[in-house]
Amino acid sequence: MFKQFTSLQWKSFFRSSNLGKSLGIKIVMGFFAVYMLISLAVTGGGMYFILRKIFPDQNPIWIVSQYFIYWILIELMLRYFMQKLPVMDIKPFLTTPVKKSTIAHYILGRSAASIYNLLTLFFIVPFAIVLLFNNYPVLNVLLWVVAIKAIVLSINYINLLVNKNDKVLIAIVNLLVLGYGLDYFGVFSIKEFFGPVFHALYAYPITVLIPVALALLMYYVNYTYLKDKIYLDAKLKSKSVEANTSDLAWTKRFGDMGSFLQLDLKMIWRNKRTKSQVYISLLFVFYGLVFYTQDIYSSMMPMKAFVGIFMTGIFLSNFGQFIPAWDSSYYSMMMSQNIPMRKYLESKVSLITVSIVAMFLLTIPYVYFGWDALAINFGCALYNLGVNIPVILYFGSFNKKRIELDQSPFGNMQGASATQFLVMLPVLVVPIIIFSIFYYIFNLEVAVGVLSVMGIIGFAMKNYLLGLITEQYKKKKYGMIAGFKEKAS
Amino acid sequence: MITIENLSKKYGSQQVLNIDSLNIPTGQSFGLVGNNGAGKTTLFSLLLDLIQPTTGHIINNEVQVNTSENWKPFTSSFIDETFLIGYLTPEEYFYFIGDLRGQNKADVDALLAQYQDFFHGEILGQKKYLRDLSKGNQKKAGIVASFIGNPKVVILDEPFANLDPTTQIRLKQIIKELASQKDVTVLVSSHDLIHVTEVCERIVVLNKGEVVKDIETSTETLKELEVFFGAESANVVVE
Repeated sequence: MFKQFTSLQWKSFFRSSNLGKSLGIKIVMGFFAVYMLISLAVTGGGMYFILRKIFPDQNPIWIVSQYFIYWILIELMLRYFMQKLPVMDIKPFLTTPVKKSTIAHYILGRSAASIYNLLTLFFIVPFAIVLLFNNYPVLNVLLWVVAIKAIVLSINYINLLVNKNDKVLIAIVNLLVLGYGLDYFGVFSIKEFFGPVFHALYAYPITVLIPVALALLMYYVNYTYLKDKIYLDAKLKSKSVEANTSDLAWTKRFGDMGSFLQLDLKMIWRNKRTKSQVYISLLFVFYGLVFYTQDIYSSMMPMKAFVGIFMTGIFLSNFGQFIPAWDSSYYSMMMSQNIPMRKYLESKVSLITVSIVAMFLLTIPYVYFGWDALAINFGCALYNLGVNIPVILYFGSFNKKRIELDQSPFGNMQGASATQFLVMLPVLVVPIIIFSIFYYIFNLEVAVGVLSVMGIIGFAMKNYLLGLITEQYKKKKYGMIAGFKEKAS
Repeated sequence: MITIENLSKKYGSQQVLNIDSLNIPTGQSFGLVGNNGAGKTTLFSLLLDLIQPTTGHIINNEVQVNTSENWKPFTSSFIDETFLIGYLTPEEYFYFIGDLRGQNKADVDALLAQYQDFFHGEILGQKKYLRDLSKGNQKKAGIVASFIGNPKVVILDEPFANLDPTTQIRLKQIIKELASQKDVTVLVSSHDLIHVTEVCERIVVLNKGEVVKDIETSTETLKELEVFFGAESANVVVE
């Protein structure tokens, strides 16, 4: 039975209609995955020597044990965002003579083979190998690895039970912040409290039984839970949230555009993918810290232009590059309705405009690192407003791939095609090149001035440009409708 | 109202629709019948300019559909659930469509009040998004949305499918009332011969993209259609 399930899973992957089309993207993602695993392994291998250097008087395994509690919390958090719950299409099997227990075992077994369970191992195993070469007791080290694998599996199954519960996520984040805060301010050392606990797994090999028992227990709890839930109306049915109606009456002030603006706001707020995108965009405000706090970059002005374009334009690129695919699931309705294409686009423009202004305001504190930071960000914001908005809308007319709104954005390449990579050139690279040319020939003021003037010119020509883009969207209409109908699996 | 001339649609070498000429006068209730793949949805998609014709054109109230967009204000439609916006509640969706068609909230509310029966208490005030409604209820919402804004042409693709018997009977009533207004042209497609003969004055049968029958509905119509489709199935057996 298991063999058949596995072969079905295999087929569903290779026969999915978008496999061939997005093979390029898969390869790129695969490349990133391999890169990440290799970096993890290298860090794991090097960790022994790093810790020896930083803490010469302490045993590396003791340090690792101390921080292990944080690793568990972080892993739980990461899994909330990244890991997909292993649901296979159970429906067809409900009426066939397959035991429910078999289905439950299969689902749980498959989740044990998830790549997320390998992440920690890729770090721990090289670390353990280095330990062995340094004459640590073989039995202790090996059983320690086994114990950690068992903990990872426990996390995996706890995560299944938690089942993407927002409250648990908030609790975990709070625990993380609180724990770290207590440690940092020396009120109570979480590290030192949990350190001996995890170190015991190494020091007393027999304790390996505890995590193994925990993993088995978690498996069993999941199994009993799942076995009783294999009904159409229980586990398999996706949860529906209670709708909260809001009429957003203030959007009416924007006239004809108001109803589209309202629709866009609701779309962003009520769908998982768009909502996460807003949070991600907000987080990127801190991206500048990476560059401004490091001395290497203090004289690299083009790098600062990059950061400026990126921070003020993050929502522009994240949201803008998929216009109008966000509306793909009901695009044919939009096209047969009494919709002025121009108003539709104008609403998107104002939304992005607001985001750029907001992001600029949020980046004002970077003035702490000098006035040039503020000036560069201002110039970049103007450039984004005047030039990048029309550019990204224009490229949007080449979008033909459907987006399912209610899926997580993490590692989700739905809707992505070569267009998305191409559009990054003019949006991100061109302004940096312009900036660099004028900066190196003249000076910072001229470079910022050029970006600003380009932005203002673009802004002044907004109506004309929008007219051209509207025509382009009308021309591409049939291709979009046909493309958006093709469901990505 | 609607004039179709030399209309054809080809995908590669496969011809999916080919209509020399078809004229639907204002106020007619027009039924489209045919087996799967007969070209019903293709014809409706062409009427709404969602796909491009290979040859020919459609004129909707003196507007050529694939060159001008001026047919949109007086034409409304419900083809399938992709016409719904999943993350809106039914009310929000109705108001949105109302906005697009120049109807304020009060207008829309007044219209919705007429369809209380049809909704059967399952659409309004449910605190649910459209994506979470059942297929049948989604359909009800979509059909009623197509009545917003006093359209002159209403296009409904398979409106009876997925509806429960009570709702089917109510929908027939609604379509009949709509069709009784002299200036509203209603286009309905269906697999169900009984429904379509009940609500439509004229029935056109499509087969492999061509018009094979064009009849005024009378008491004999149902029998005639049954004989036609019965013969079709007999042909298949012989082949």
